[in-house]
Formats: sequence, structure tokens, C-alpha cells
Amino acid sequence: MGLPIPPFAVDLFGPDAVIMKGVNGLNWRLQDYVARGGYAGLKKILAEKIPPEQIVNELKKSALRGRGGAGFPTGLKWSFMPKQYSGQKYLVCNSDEGEPGTFKDRDILRYNPHSLIEGMIIGGYAMGITVGYNYIHGEVWDVYERFEEALEEARAAGYLGANILGTDFSFQLHAHHGWGAYICGEETALLESLEGKKGQPRFKPPFPASYGLYGKPTTINNTETFAAVPWIVVNGGDAFLNLGRPNNGGTKIFSMSGDVARPGNFEVKLGTPFAKLLEMAGGMRDGRKLKAVIPGGSSMPVVPADVMMATDMDYDSIAKAGSMLGSGAVIVMDETRCMVKSLLRLSYFYYEESCGQCTPCREGTGWLYRMVDRIEHGRGRAEDLELLNNVADNIQGRTICALGDAAAMPVRAFIKHFRDEFQYHIDHKKCLVAPYI
Amino acid sequence: MLEIELDGKLMQVAEGSTIMDAASQAGTFVPHFCYHRKLSIAANCRMCLVQVEKAPKPLPACATPVTNGMKVWTHSDAAVNAQKGVMEFLLINHPLDCPICDQGGECQLQDLAVGYGASESRYQEDKRVVANKNLGPLISTDMTRCIHCTRCVRFGQEIAGIMELGMIGRGEHSEIITFVGKTVDSELSGNVIDLCPVGALTSKPFRYSARTWELTRRSAVSPHCGLGSNLTVQVKQNRVMRALPRENEAVNECWISDKDRFSYEALNSEKRLARPMLKRDGNWQEVEWPVALEFVAKELQRIKGTHGAAAIGALATPHQTLEEMHLLQKLLRGLGSGNVDFRLRQADFSMDGKRAGVPWLGMSIADINTLDRVLVIGSTLRKDHPLIAQRLRQAAKKGTEINLLHAVDDDLLMRIANRAIVAPALLPQTLAQVVKAAAEMRSVAVPEAVRAVVVGVAVADAAKRMATSLTSGQRAGVFLGNFAEQHPAAGELHALVQALGEILGCAYGFLGAAANSVGGYVAGCVPGGRVPGKNARQMIEAPLKAYLLLGVEPELDMHNPRQATAAMRQAELVIALSPFQHRATEYAHVLLPIAPFTETAGTYVSTEGRVQTFAGVVKPLGETRPAWKILRVLGNLLGIPGFEHDSAEDAQREALHGKSEIFNKNNKLSNTLGVPPAAGGGLLRIAEVPIYAADALARRAPSLQQTRDAQPPVATLNRALAEQLGLQPGDLVRVVQDGGEAVVPFAIDDRLPADCVRLATGQPETAGLGAAAAPLTVERVAQTQKVAV
Repeated sequence: MGLPIPPFAVDLFGPDAVIMKGVNGLNWRLQDYVARGGYAGLKKILAEKIPPEQIVNELKKSALRGRGGAGFPTGLKWSFMPKQYSGQKYLVCNSDEGEPGTFKDRDILRYNPHSLIEGMIIGGYAMGITVGYNYIHGEVWDVYERFEEALEEARAAGYLGANILGTDFSFQLHAHHGWGAYICGEETALLESLEGKKGQPRFKPPFPASYGLYGKPTTINNTETFAAVPWIVVNGGDAFLNLGRPNNGGTKIFSMSGDVARPGNFEVKLGTPFAKLLEMAGGMRDGRKLKAVIPGGSSMPVVPADVMMATDMDYDSIAKAGSMLGSGAVIVMDETRCMVKSLLRLSYFYYEESCGQCTPCREGTGWLYRMVDRIEHGRGRAEDLELLNNVADNIQGRTICALGDAAAMPVRAFIKHFRDEFQYHIDHKKCLVAPYI
Repeated sequence: MLEIELDGKLMQVAEGSTIMDAASQAGTFVPHFCYHRKLSIAANCRMCLVQVEKAPKPLPACATPVTNGMKVWTHSDAAVNAQKGVMEFLLINHPLDCPICDQGGECQLQDLAVGYGASESRYQEDKRVVANKNLGPLISTDMTRCIHCTRCVRFGQEIAGIMELGMIGRGEHSEIITFVGKTVDSELSGNVIDLCPVGALTSKPFRYSARTWELTRRSAVSPHCGLGSNLTVQVKQNRVMRALPRENEAVNECWISDKDRFSYEALNSEKRLARPMLKRDGNWQEVEWPVALEFVAKELQRIKGTHGAAAIGALATPHQTLEEMHLLQKLLRGLGSGNVDFRLRQADFSMDGKRAGVPWLGMSIADINTLDRVLVIGSTLRKDHPLIAQRLRQAAKKGTEINLLHAVDDDLLMRIANRAIVAPALLPQTLAQVVKAAAEMRSVAVPEAVRAVVVGVAVADAAKRMATSLTSGQRAGVFLGNFAEQHPAAGELHALVQALGEILGCAYGFLGAAANSVGGYVAGCVPGGRVPGKNARQMIEAPLKAYLLLGVEPELDMHNPRQATAAMRQAELVIALSPFQHRATEYAHVLLPIAPFTETAGTYVSTEGRVQTFAGVVKPLGETRPAWKILRVLGNLLGIPGFEHDSAEDAQREALHGKSEIFNKNNKLSNTLGVPPAAGGGLLRIAEVPIYAADALARRAPSLQQTRDAQPPVATLNRALAEQLGLQPGDLVRVVQDGGEAVVPFAIDDRLPADCVRLATGQPETAGLGAAAAPLTVERVAQTQKVAV
């Protein structure tokens, strides 16, 4: 498959796209962005001297929720930033997109980087912040380089730097790349890494809004969240809200991967049925039957096919289906997939990516992985499934950051929905699915 | 105040408290490993998870701030379930090798596993093995046992001031490690042994020598630096096996220095002197006590008869007990001699007779933490006063401005606001600049006593910055370090500091070189009073006929080792009282084995004037006797009245005049001091005493002697001087002073002032050299052969 080769059709990301609208893979430069109406929001704010609170209020109205995975209301987060704080405050963009299955932020950075830059500048204006950083995943190097280029363009055009567009508003934005550690996508580990330290999450409280980068008040948002901000500023919060559903405003980019005919990113209105999204991705590959979907990135619970086909793609609906929208990474699995082997791959990932700081995750992820590995390789024991569940229970909710939960939730969900397959592995020392492929 | 409910009980806690604070206040134990009240909060072990009302998941007590109306359950089913879950995780990769682990019996993991662990493991996979690390001669590692609590890492960063340990790797592969090829060299490093909640870091000298339950715990007081650290000494079969901190928040908090911790090894040294010895016809013979003591008494009488009592002198180290020093001076004065002193390294005695009281720190040790401006003069804080340095480090972190006036610029591992690094001879002059600037800033007159030396000086920028710092605070403190106390112009420095204290309205004092630097004065172990006497320097400069050495090793302990050795060699009688065999065998006539601090009762008066009495923890080795008893018997044999003491307490009561803690602590000097003669030109020596060469015990502790701080002496000079001398890498240098010489390697330190050579004293290699601060010459010695690889 590989990446789509530019120029591609401008509706590659779907007809309802907002962030990725009009993007063809080549038109990522500043002039193209401006031609598509880019930086209009920023100009409007500066020309009309729109009060910062008004921007935050629009965001609250828009029901824009954090696109990185937690889904926290963005307007509310921005309102946490202390207004009267006299020292330096920071704005940080989390482009450390490492969640297995997620590949949307890199497309924003690759094909429409100025949407993020504008979104961050507006964020700086709205929260009275003068310095921002974009922490970019270290394993997509071309994206980092392109973003540096885009920053240069924005600086040269006067959108970024001191006295933006001749006003007294200044905002400096810097790119920073990580080296590929999954944990650095956790916002406080990201801050540590940005400070030049080992990427290990901090315990909260205090939250970044009061003690963030270099101990200063800091707001951290995901790439896609920032990229949606210019549209909201131009079109208003209500318009964004109305794209989606109440409490689930706007569009969302879903990264479709797995056993679909046309994997890729699709930006759809929140509330779009999963079936519709699957259709956009060309349906199931080779006409096979859908078995299960992980709807929000590898950390989220797996959902069986029948439940998923009846679910709409928004925060609340997916929660009702027993999982989470997360980062919007939709991993589609067909009938030939062995669920034990799938879980083994996930468990190995969390075992490898645990930072090792706190006990349950450091010790528990290895234990989970080794047990699943035994089951997969015909050395399962009768008590293993209970033990797996119990160990997952002992990890979940007991760690400093969410990586522990991320390791535990797939285990519980896979066993819950596909217990028979695991039991078969244990009882028969072989796979239930593999013989049929 | 906040009101919360902890385990069903209402209680009030201060704002900003954590649940752990509240539990401690309520006397409730919440299990924990990574939490330590002196370290930052890591919240990584997760053992202290507790149930909090409305919280969807258990929260770590150590890191969760209390909010008003909060309801917490530390031992509910939910809390205990979470705690047990964590314990299981901690144990799955732990080797459970308790039977062969030194930590067994005093292991937090072992203790808590009893309450929170299962009797059988559900973990059936392979266990992790972690390679051990070489942390140096003091700390032994069994890294497979590590539970990654990072206490040792945080200790380094936060208390010792240097990150020598860190965690590398991620997840299961996380390991505590030093920087590549480095060892742990901090002078406080041994505290990580106490902090480690498991057997990952244990004491290397103690390794495999005893189980904790075989040990008897006895209280003691550290005999080393002036702080007077409180110790627990552990004993097995009348042998000191280990020294640990005994918590005293006002003194050593919960820490001790490595010197306090590992010097005990010397107590069991083969070099201990176990029987009295007498030199007969040039040969040393072991004799019975009565023979030795009769010899001493008879010889002292003989010297007194032939040369007069004034030909007899006594020297004691400042590590001797108050009782010993009291009886020593009483004995000498009873004989009719006033020649008694313990200030062996001091060069300037011009303050004697002008002191208003006993010189001391000038404040309590705990008060150091409350200062917001500090001036330290002539101190390599870390190595001379490891734990006072630690207190200053904590203060500096909270914003205290530390100003340093010294001849060397070693990294003190704390933020130094302003520094002036000048040649030793310029210390008084530079201090005078600070005094002048401070007086101008405060618009007060320079005190009369120092006006003559202050008026003429031109204030340089560094001094101005220091004065600005000192005058801008609310609570300043000025301290004279060992180097200042031993400086040839110590009196002038003292007078200037006194003037500065008056200008700033602040306390000032001496950091205090040794355990009984204050006690020596209290005991009257200094010349003065009815019988005139000579001080330590005079006793050496104009040699006497007889010397009584109480713990003193003249070639290592005296200001001028060359002269001191010569004085000993020419004497008709040298009586050496020491726990150890030492070079006195070359010149002494009788050796009397005396008890070190663990084998006698005694008292130390710390630098803050704290009187700390201790009992012996083991029986004296062999024929060793407590020095107070020996001195008492000598008093009797010499027919001196007033030697009827039945116990160390009797002697202590007498020394303190029955007033246990009250003596006149006062740093004030009266009268104007004479201006000391200006130092001559040429190269000047900067001679300090290395941390593990400072006293007889540390010198004989094998493990301490293997540390980086115990390296043989090196002559350090700046690049300009090295080039001037034509020194090439690998060269040795010949240092000549007072006709004596030492051939040592050299090193370059560009932070040293011009025309200075830094060469330590107190070590055998430099014992042939002269007075610590005297001029010297240096020359290149042929380049050492390089071995081709």
C-alpha cells in the first residue's frame, strides 16, 4: 500500500474534511494554505482585537475535545491557564504520535502544517503565552523537517515571532523531535523529555497547567486539536459543534488500518457510523468477514464485530460500546486473525515501552507479556486466564500514568470477548483460527 | 488548617500536607518504599496506595495533597488490596535470597512482605537478573534485589549535591548505575546504604560479617568532625561491627558522613597498640601497666628535677574526650607546667588572652538552615564539614546566598552566589574589603579594633558583591573554616569577622575542625591562667625536654610536621598515649595504649556547644585502658592532689564545674590585634588536611583509604606556574620547604590563585615539609617513563 503519492485527490481524506480539506499532498506551503483561507482566523483576531476569553468561549461552545486520546474538552483546558501569572508560560503541541494504529498527526504535519502553526499561535494569543514547542515523534523524520520548513515560512511572513502582523502580540514557536519512545507521548513524560531529561511521566497533581514545562504553567494539546482551532475561529464554535453531535463537536480524523482494502486517514463528522467509515476505507480486504475492531488505538479495549457495526464514531457512542475513541486509530481485524497472537503483539509493545518508573507497570507488563506468550506458544495453564485478568486488574488504575491502563485494558477486553480462543489455545496447545487460513 | 477524616477519625492537618503527612501525624503507618521524608517525592513504588472517597482509583499517600473534608482509608479492603497487588509485583522479580542477604532482618521489603505478601508466588516465569556494579570500596551491590525506588538517586541529587547514581534503561530493563566507569565518591555516599529499602546497596566493609539480629545496638558520638554526629554502634562479641546514624534532627538529621560510618574499621585494626611498651636499650619491650606508669612518673619527676617543670609539655588531639583533656591539663599544671594545648594545627595564637569566652559556631547547627546570607571564609566545606555543607546546600536551594572567600575553588556542589579565590596571604586583606564595603553600605563606622587594617584597602568588585549580598538579607551568618583557623593571620581574620558581625548584626563563628575543638577550651587544655605556659606552636619552635602526647601523631597532626618531628627526636622523654602503634616508636620512650571512643566513657562538646556524653560500647582491646584512668593513676603516682575520680562522670563534672551545659560560649575578642607581619614573596603553600587523613581512626580505616579522597598527595598549581616550571605531563615535582622535601606528582587547576602550590598536609608523604602555610620552592623532576602500549 504505502503512502498515497502526491498529488492525490483533494477529497482523499473524505468529503466532509475540515482540517484536511483541499489538501492534495503538494499544497502544504504557506501560500497554498493562505489560498485555502489559512491564517484568516489569526488575522481576524489581531485585526478585530478579539478578547482572548472570547476565543476560549468559542472553543467551549464548539465542544472540541482533545484529539490525542483522552478527549478532554479543549476550551475548558485552555481556561485552566492562570491568566494573571507574571512569569513565562508555555504552549506545547504533542505530535509524538506513537500509539500503534495512529498515523493522523503526521499527515497534518506533512500536508497541512500551517493549520497547526496557526492553531498554536491562536492558542498563544488566547492564553497569553509567548513561547510554544511542537514535540514531534522522532521516527517520522521527514515530517519534522517539513515542519521546520513551515515554521521558517511562517516566521518570514510575519505570522510567527515578535510583533506578529505588526501588532504587539508576539509568539515564538519551536520544533523539537523525540527519539521514538512511546512514553514521551504521555504529556508529562513529553515535558521531561523536552527539558532534556529521561522521558518519564510525572505524577499528577500538580498538573501541567500549574507546573508544566520547566515548572511553569503549560498547556499541552494534540496536533489535531490545534489544527481544528483556526476553523473554529473563522466559522464559530456553533458551526463546529453542528458538524458533529452535542458534546462531540466537529470532525475527527480516523486512521483506518488492518484488514481493510484501503487503509488511510479519513476525516469525518463525529457521529458517522462505523459502517460508513469502513466503507470509506474500501471495506474488508479480500471480502473477508469482520471479526473485531480496536476503535481508538492499541490501548483501547477491543470491540467485537457485531457491536462495532452498530456503533457510531464519536466519544460517547464508542464509550457506550465498551471502548474509547482514543486517538481515532481504528484497527480492523478480520476472521483470520488469532486473538491470542494479536494480544501477544500488543502486550509485547507495552512491555517494551514501559518506562520502568513505577512498580505495577514495570513488573506487570512483563508478566502479562510472558503469560500471553506462553499461551500463544502452547504452554498455557488452566489458571492463566484468571491470573491474566487479575494481574491486569492490579496494574490498572495503580500507576503514575496511563500506560499501565493501556497495557491492562486490551488484555481484559481480549479475554472478555474472545475467551474461547484463549481457552482453546490453553486446552489444545494450538490455535483455533490459524488452521483455517 | 484542613479537616480530614483518616480511617474514620477526624483530624486537623496543615495546609499543603500530603496524606502521608497526615498519617504520620496520626501515628498511622502506611507501607512505603520510595517515600522518605528527607527526599523529594517520587511516588514510584506505589506501595502507599490508599483509598480516598470519590477517587475512582487508589491514590499514593506520599504524593496526594490533602483537601478539606477528604476522607481517606489507609487500611480498608480497597487500600490493602492495592497494597498487596503492588507487593506481589515487587516480589515477582526479587530474588528472595533473604538467607544470604545482608539486609535480611533489617529489610523493608522483607518486613512489609510479612504483612502484604502471599506465602506462595503466582509468578511462574523466569526471574530477572541484573549485573552488579562497582560503586567503589564502600558500597556493595546486589542489583538483582533492586526495587527501583530511586532513593539512592534522589539522595545524590538532593542531599549529596551530586548525581553519581542514576537509572538507565526502561521498563524491566531499568537499572541503577553510575556514570560509565565512575564510582560513587561523595563523602556522604554511605547514606544510600541506609536509604536502600532492600539489599541492593549494602556496606562493603560489613558484608557477610554478621546478621543484624546478632548485633547489639549502642549509642555513641562521632569522634571526627565538629558536628558531633550521633551514632548507633553495633557490636558483636565485643567487636564493633558497624556504625550507623542515630537520628538527631538538630545535629546530623538522619545522615552521617562516610568518615563517621566507616572509620570504625580502624578500631579492629592490626595496628592497634594492645599493651604498654617501654624502650629499653633501644629495643621495644611489652611491659605491665605498673612498670610503664612507674617509669613515666619517675621520668617526669626526673625531668622536672633537672630542667624544671616548664621543660615538660603536653599535646592532645582535639579528638580526645573532655575528661581526658581536663585531666591532662590538671596533671601538667599539677606538675607545675602550663605547657598544654590541643590546637595542634594552629599557627596564630595572638587571640589567646583576648578571648571573652570559648570560641564556637556562634549559633546552633539547626540555625544554619534559617540563614539567608552566608559568608564562608577558608573552608573546603564538603570535606571538612560534610553535613554542615549539606545543610548549607539545602539552604542554598531555598535561596540562601552563599558567599565564599577561600584560597581554592573546589566544587562545593551548591550554588555559590559570590566567590573570591585569593592567595592565602590575601585572605585578611580581601576580608577587610568586605568589611569596608559592608560598613559603607550600612552607613556605619568600621569597628575600632580593625579600623587600622580596613581603612587603607581598595574594595574590589568581588568584595563589593559579597558585601551587597550580605547586607541585603535578613539573617546573615559568617563562618571561619579550618583553613582560616589554621591561617598564619587567624587572629586578624577573627577580628575582621567580628567586625563584620557587628556591622551586619549577625552571628559569626568557627565551623570547628574536630569533635572536641570546643571541648578543649572548656577543659582548659590551653595555656593560660596561674601557671604560664607555651602553646602548641611554641612547644615545637623552642623544643622542650619532655612531651606527653595524648593521641597525637606529631608528624601528621601538627602545623609544622618537620619541626614537630625534630622536637620529638631531641626530647629526653616522649610519652605517647595512643590507641595505635605509630611513628612514635622512632622517638618515644614509652607507649601507652589508650581506648578509642568506643572503649571509654567520655564527652565531646560539639561546635555548637552541645555537650554529648557517651559510654564505652565494647571492652578495651587487650591491655588498653581509657586515657582518663591512666591520667588519673599518673596523677596519683606523681602525688598531685585532686586525682580521686572514680569514673569518667566525676572527671566530666569537674571539667564542667558541675554545670552540665553551661559554659561561656563567646567568640568575642577584646583589644586591638597587632597586624601580623606581611608574608614574604615567593610561592605559597596551600595546605589542607584531606578528609581521611584528619585523625588517627580515619587514617587506619582500610576501606576509606581506598577511596578517591584518600589518594596520595599531589601538588596542584595553575597552568601559568606549571609552564613557568616547564612541567610536562607525567612529571613529578620536588617541593622543598624549611629544608625538607617531598617528591609528588602534579596536577593543574586553573582556579588556583597565582604563585600558589596546593599540597595537602597530614599525610606521611608530606610529613618532611614545614609549616602548612610557609613559602616553598618547587622544581621539576625528570619525566616518568611512559610504558608503550
